[in-house]
Amino acid sequence: MKPRFGFGRWLLPFYSLLALVFLLIPIVYTIVFSFNNSLKTNIAWRGFTLDNWLHVCDEPGVCDAFGNSILIGVVATVVATTLGTMIAIALVRYRFRFRAATNLLIFLPLATPEVVLGAGLAAQFLTAGVPKGITTVIIAHIMFCVSFVVVTVKARVSSLDPALEEAGRDLYGSPSQVFLRVTFPLLLPGILAAALLAFSLSFDDFIITYFNSGSIQTFPTYIYTAATRGIPPQANVIASAVFLLAIIIVVSTQVSGELRRKRLARMTVGS
Amino acid sequence: MAITAFTGVATSTDASPRRKKSWVALVLLLPGLLYLVLFFIVPLVSLVITSLQVPSPTAFGQYDTAFNWQTYGVVISTYGTQILRSFLYALLATIFALLFSYPLAYFIGVKVRRYPILQGLMLVLVIAPFFISFLLRTLAWKAILSDDGVVVGGLKALSLMGSQDHLTGTPVAVVFGLTYNFIPFMCLPLYTTLERLDVRYLEASNDLYAGTFETFRKVILPLSLPGIVSGTLLTFIPATGDYVNASSEFLGGASSTMVGNVIQSNFLVQLNYPVAAALSIILMAIILVIVSLYVKRSGTDDLV
Repeated sequence: MKPRFGFGRWLLPFYSLLALVFLLIPIVYTIVFSFNNSLKTNIAWRGFTLDNWLHVCDEPGVCDAFGNSILIGVVATVVATTLGTMIAIALVRYRFRFRAATNLLIFLPLATPEVVLGAGLAAQFLTAGVPKGITTVIIAHIMFCVSFVVVTVKARVSSLDPALEEAGRDLYGSPSQVFLRVTFPLLLPGILAAALLAFSLSFDDFIITYFNSGSIQTFPTYIYTAATRGIPPQANVIASAVFLLAIIIVVSTQVSGELRRKRLARMTVGS
Repeated sequence: MAITAFTGVATSTDASPRRKKSWVALVLLLPGLLYLVLFFIVPLVSLVITSLQVPSPTAFGQYDTAFNWQTYGVVISTYGTQILRSFLYALLATIFALLFSYPLAYFIGVKVRRYPILQGLMLVLVIAPFFISFLLRTLAWKAILSDDGVVVGGLKALSLMGSQDHLTGTPVAVVFGLTYNFIPFMCLPLYTTLERLDVRYLEASNDLYAGTFETFRKVILPLSLPGIVSGTLLTFIPATGDYVNASSEFLGGASSTMVGNVIQSNFLVQLNYPVAAALSIILMAIILVIVSLYVKRSGTDDLV
């Protein structure tokens, strides 16, 4: 029996469809205008062209800014994922004093508006006489990514069955063997998800970056400064390409997860 | 999935960590916590120090250490409007995002539960805006809402807007932009709690002759409270400090300046660091008070 619970039978599906379409409007707009045969500004539609896609780096600055963003994103992701994973494992698996203080220290950066994080770091670099540049941006990105990594990996560590590690120890595995052969592989999906999240946060961050980048440009700060004189279509090309790549990654992880689950279910039934 | 980072669902397995060598915990914790102290706590302290500085008599943009509390008074009387406006806009955006997201999250989390592939696909569409540059998304809205865009044209044709009216550069556009940009942050935590909602409770409620509205108010809403709390926080906090939507190159104008814009221009353009620092401290303090009251009232302490 299929019970009916209000909201109207068709109203909700119809609303959801409209809502999703609404969410996609600016994305479609950005992608469409990456094919615009624009002159100076990329506002009016002037006809379809593939030139922007074929000559992305013709527009000076776009590719440099993109390269910087990738470099910053990779370094920040690796460091933040390492630091955050270590904290997450410690929080779930060990009992220690100052646990409440640790939780607070992880939570506070998430509860702080970016503008405060950015201004704070900039004030600190100013006081310390550190010149702004790619290093200061990386330092800033690691800082705001760590808490997100901790939260993501912590969920995974919590759902891990401690019996598996115990089995490893019972089979005379040394602590490092148990970690490398049992714990780490089981945590890997969570760690990868956290890394993906950290990278996308870093790649798209503007507010904190703008306070600490000085004269170097990342992809978002490039767009911000270009917004006054008009965004070149090449920026749309890069954003669209990144978008499509991200969607492919997410969809394929989801599909492969679904297939694995189905296969697993079949195997369990079969045995 | 990356989605878990946006959920406030309490992880209950925290309860029984077994006692182990605590030096291992120390080794695991120390680097990360040290990093956060060095690049999160110390910057907050240097914001406080900066906010108390006085201008150097010799050079522009140089400040001497002092205990000049007056900056706070000056800042509140000068920028009180912008501070209040930021909280008002953020509150409106949070409410609109919640109203927009709840039915969508309910549909994805409960109604399409039996079709995992469709559910996954819809979820991808919800988080899709994350994957395209935040600034370009906002600029796309600026173009769509511009005076010669479809929306303004349509509204004028229907006489819903005067011929001299604009959408961009108005508070309406800023609140709209904030709402749009934070919908995924609202939707995901809602989805995560609703996805775990046990449908049998709804059946029970139905069996007990509760109407649709009563079931929603007494069963669904309380059960999804953790998602509502983390969704509203994830929207409200970044929205108050945002200065992209309200910036005049994006959706805002002179009448919709938010505190983030003031902090940014004082810090990066006018090099008036004490004012920017004092505003940041005030913003942070108000948010911490609001968040702790809110979290305490809604009874979900375990947010991380």
